[in-house]
Amino acid sequence: MSNEKIIKVNHITRVEGHGNINIKIRDGRVEECQWQVVEAPRFFEAMLRGRKWYELAHITSRICGICSIGHTLTSLKATEAAMGVTLTGQTEKLRRLLVHAENLQSHILHLGYLVLPDLLRVPSVVPLVSTHKDQVLLVVRLHRMANEMSDLIGGRTIHPQRPVVGGFTKWPAAEELETLRTRLADSMPDVEALASLIKDLAGNLPDFSRETEYIALTSADEYALYDGDIASTDGGSWPVDNYKEITNEYLVPHSTAKFTRHKRDSYMVGALARLNLNYDHLTPKARGVAETFQLRPINYNPFMNNIAQLVEVVHSIDDSIRLIDDLLGNGIKDEKPSFSIRAGRGVASVEVPRGILFHEYEYNSNGECVWANCIIPTNQNHANIQKDMEAFVPQIKNHSEEEIELMVEMLVRAYDPCISCSTHCIFL
Amino acid sequence: MEKPRVAFFDFASCEGCQLQVINLEEDLLKVLEAVDVVTFREAMKEHSDNYDIAFVEGAITRKSDEERLKGIRANAGVLVALGSCATLGGITCLKNFHDQEYVRKLVYGDKASHYETYPSRPLNAVVPVDFKIHGCPINRDEFAMVVKALLLGKNPEINNFPVCVECKMAENICVFEKGMTCMGPVTRAGCGACCVTEGSFCWGCRGLVDDPNADSQREVLATHGLSVQDILGSFRLYTGFSEVAK
Repeated sequence: MSNEKIIKVNHITRVEGHGNINIKIRDGRVEECQWQVVEAPRFFEAMLRGRKWYELAHITSRICGICSIGHTLTSLKATEAAMGVTLTGQTEKLRRLLVHAENLQSHILHLGYLVLPDLLRVPSVVPLVSTHKDQVLLVVRLHRMANEMSDLIGGRTIHPQRPVVGGFTKWPAAEELETLRTRLADSMPDVEALASLIKDLAGNLPDFSRETEYIALTSADEYALYDGDIASTDGGSWPVDNYKEITNEYLVPHSTAKFTRHKRDSYMVGALARLNLNYDHLTPKARGVAETFQLRPINYNPFMNNIAQLVEVVHSIDDSIRLIDDLLGNGIKDEKPSFSIRAGRGVASVEVPRGILFHEYEYNSNGECVWANCIIPTNQNHANIQKDMEAFVPQIKNHSEEEIELMVEMLVRAYDPCISCSTHCIFL
Repeated sequence: MEKPRVAFFDFASCEGCQLQVINLEEDLLKVLEAVDVVTFREAMKEHSDNYDIAFVEGAITRKSDEERLKGIRANAGVLVALGSCATLGGITCLKNFHDQEYVRKLVYGDKASHYETYPSRPLNAVVPVDFKIHGCPINRDEFAMVVKALLLGKNPEINNFPVCVECKMAENICVFEKGMTCMGPVTRAGCGACCVTEGSFCWGCRGLVDDPNADSQREVLATHGLSVQDILGSFRLYTGFSEVAK
């Protein structure tokens, strides 16, 4: 009698966007194993055609509600590159703060609301409200702090309004930054409590490794998030202008999102990729957290992306405090952006919570967009998710259907995929 | 009394409006005391097709999504559209101003025929919608207010005056006086003029008030140096599905 296990997850939950998992195991043989992206495409690059230079960040921010700050900043940088706009030190620092704010809100949301239920073997955070009330309230507090930090620097939690081409429209007052600094410093006990909760449960993260390539921004001066060159754990670094040599997008029949590959069949981006490439630039406290989980470069376990996010939470808090001290030391000034509109082409990249993001635009002399391309982190992860599933499922094939489903879902969730983001388009 | 059963769904969107619900933070826990959330794919694995109120984010961009939306409509006693994509079509309608075949080819090249799409539209172009929570993203306090009203069996009140009213109350300097242009005079209020307050201008994300004076708005924009094409562009950013943007 044949023994068949079928796992069909239509629209995996607790991720952003629509993706399906299809697995078929017959008589101990994996016959089917597929990660499908079924999100409705929105054709952003076509939408941008003919729109004005000051609208592009506003429109591309809507690619994703969770990484709207990252899209806004990458978009602004691409427009600034196209038009040769220079920025002040204050603007660069405030933007770095904003990147940290988004990293914090996104990572805490993912760890606290989307991953924690798997580690506690419940279907969502809802039952935890009664069984783990203190821990849920702790996550809510941290999440609110990160959101209010986004409000203060960016002017709104989602789809920020203050960052514009050349700078900002409004600046936080010194007292507001001082209050934020205190809140960040005071949040450390909450972060430590979250870390020790996850540490107690980390045994529930599958022990699975598959050698792959990791790609992230890198910089000689800092843990690269806002700026840097592209780097690979397989060796080499490239200026951001050469991004297409790295991403090499291609279409697959079962997905509305494009896949990418570089030196191997697939590569991974995100917190683990950043940590693998930039470990030495983490703050000492962040490295300390990495050490408690024995997370050292190069780590090939995709489930450790969750832990890399936790490490980055500590790093982002530490580095935000440093940036605020620096900003306060120099005094906050009102700086009106100053530049002239011109024709040109510009590429930009920022490390957003889920990995390296690229925007490229071409403008005519009226400042109208004539060409655009955006390559999103989750796009770059789809192929790696597929390859991981192909390697992981045979290792767990003897478990029950229910357990296989949970573990494969946990694998996909570890990437913190942003699927509606990834269903984009490119001018071929 | 049994708690009302609430479900969240999404179509083509950034899911930022559902995120705004999560961003209610401690207040979300209060909402969870008052209702049973039975489906919320972005945040929960639990699922049920038995619900009283459906909140639906996103626009409809392909024929195959109509069936799913009709199913939701059939299950739900009350259907609430969540955010600009759902209430207006919003940003997603920007692609409607290009030939759809050209858009697909631009994106997917010779594989274009595998990828289904049609001109983007709001939910009420497909099914009847009971209430609309406007905005890109929605204002989370307004969401909480609508939930409260529905729990009390009242119809939530949605403003029908322009953003200018709230902008005056916020004591902002008029955007036109600062040498920029603004959609505030024809856009539905409820946001507290948040964009102007943050140093920007109104982009029109909450859609037009009922009976907007669109002709007068066109004139004002023209006096402030916008070309006919730019004026059309301002209307198309969020209200591309409506007649004024055609």
